Amino acid sequence: MDLDFSVIPANSELLVEGMKMTFLLTALAIVGGMILGTFLALLRIAKVPVLAQIAAAYVNFFRSLPLILVIFWLFFLVPLIMGRPVGAFSSVLVAFILFEAAYYSEIIRAGINSVSTGQLAAARAIGMTYWQSMTNVVLPQAFRAMTPILLTQAIILFQDTSLVYVVGLRDFLVSAEIVANRDQRLVEMFLFVAVVYFVLCFTASLGVKQLQRKFAND
Amino acid sequence: MIEMMAVNKWYGKDFQVLKDCSLKVAKGEVIVVCGPSGSGKSTLIKTVNGLEPINSGDIVVDGVSITAKSTNLDKMRSRIGMVFQNFELFPHMNVTDNIEIGQIKVLGRSDEEASEKAAALLKRVDLSEHALKFPSQLSGGQQQRVAIARGLAMEPMAMLFDEPTSALDPEMINEVLDVMVSLAGEGMTMMVVTHEMGFARKVADRVVFMDYGEIVEDAKSDDFFGSPRSARAQDFLSKILNH
Repeated sequence: MDLDFSVIPANSELLVEGMKMTFLLTALAIVGGMILGTFLALLRIAKVPVLAQIAAAYVNFFRSLPLILVIFWLFFLVPLIMGRPVGAFSSVLVAFILFEAAYYSEIIRAGINSVSTGQLAAARAIGMTYWQSMTNVVLPQAFRAMTPILLTQAIILFQDTSLVYVVGLRDFLVSAEIVANRDQRLVEMFLFVAVVYFVLCFTASLGVKQLQRKFAND
Repeated sequence: MIEMMAVNKWYGKDFQVLKDCSLKVAKGEVIVVCGPSGSGKSTLIKTVNGLEPINSGDIVVDGVSITAKSTNLDKMRSRIGMVFQNFELFPHMNVTDNIEIGQIKVLGRSDEEASEKAAALLKRVDLSEHALKFPSQLSGGQQQRVAIARGLAMEPMAMLFDEPTSALDPEMINEVLDVMVSLAGEGMTMMVVTHEMGFARKVADRVVFMDYGEIVEDAKSDDFFGSPRSARAQDFLSKILNH
């Protein structure tokens, strides 16, 4: 078998575009998922009547579904709800945010519960409201405690974004596949994709380990 | 200034942690609350600023009832300082920020006012050179002095101390008690849960002895140590003084 890797630099522009899409989707899904996830976690921790139960049901619902199903659903559902076509990117982004929020919410809830109750009492004792105490005292500590797990979840999300091929969004994997089929260089391109995913994710997880060690020493 | 009237509190249905507790603390008075562990003294002191809700009775602080629907508990808490057994400094903030945050977020002071106040208080608790350190870099005694400064920064009308020296190594107890003694000397109204009977003897106007959730004895400090009336207080005193 003769391999020709020159196909990679020859198509670098397309591949870089694909990687940009992958990163953009990952970043927006992290930000959106974290905001929604924090909100869900706070509803449950503050035991807001009714809303806390809805948040719990939401989390259990999305954690019981395969991601690919959620992506499919929203691809068909979002245009129906909006009453107009919205494009694959928007529907996929909504799917990732809704799905990731369920996981982030559980991570954040565990992080908040890891902060001692005395901290909340001390914040309340100087006259801060519940929300002031949460945002100034409890959440900063909780986020610090859960940063490594959140980053690990982000790495998983980065890999999971490759599922967008099912709705034809041109991310890194899809771009590589286009090149592979067009130039008949399947082996080279899929090897290349594997190496890129591996290097990025492995480096990132080494970074997370470093961070964990640093936190442990503080 | 602080008046508790027939305060009752249950944990769950069966366990009554406070039984008909009534107590008055006048302005400038120092009250020491003591008693065996599990007697409800920490719970009692935490009801004063509403950190522990009560089931019946009432507590009035400076003319304001903590059970009244119209009472803004956050505002009331900002006027009552509290010091905890485990310090509970905010570990992600340095010493100065710990003392400033309440002033800025709750009292709405400017950064300059808050930092001026923080610097003055740190000087007072003799920790000026540690202003930019984080709590984890300080000893227990130093942390507790910062916690007192954090409470004082709000210019409270009264201070509550919940076993402020119980978590400290013996050699650090006095540096904290000294700060408390000087506060008392300045006329601060104080409620102190403590086992430090030396402090009680020296500073307290009255000693309140609790057992099984009841206030068993509420006596002038001299009377309490000279001739405790109840058998339970006598027993308690003999246990903690004779060693």
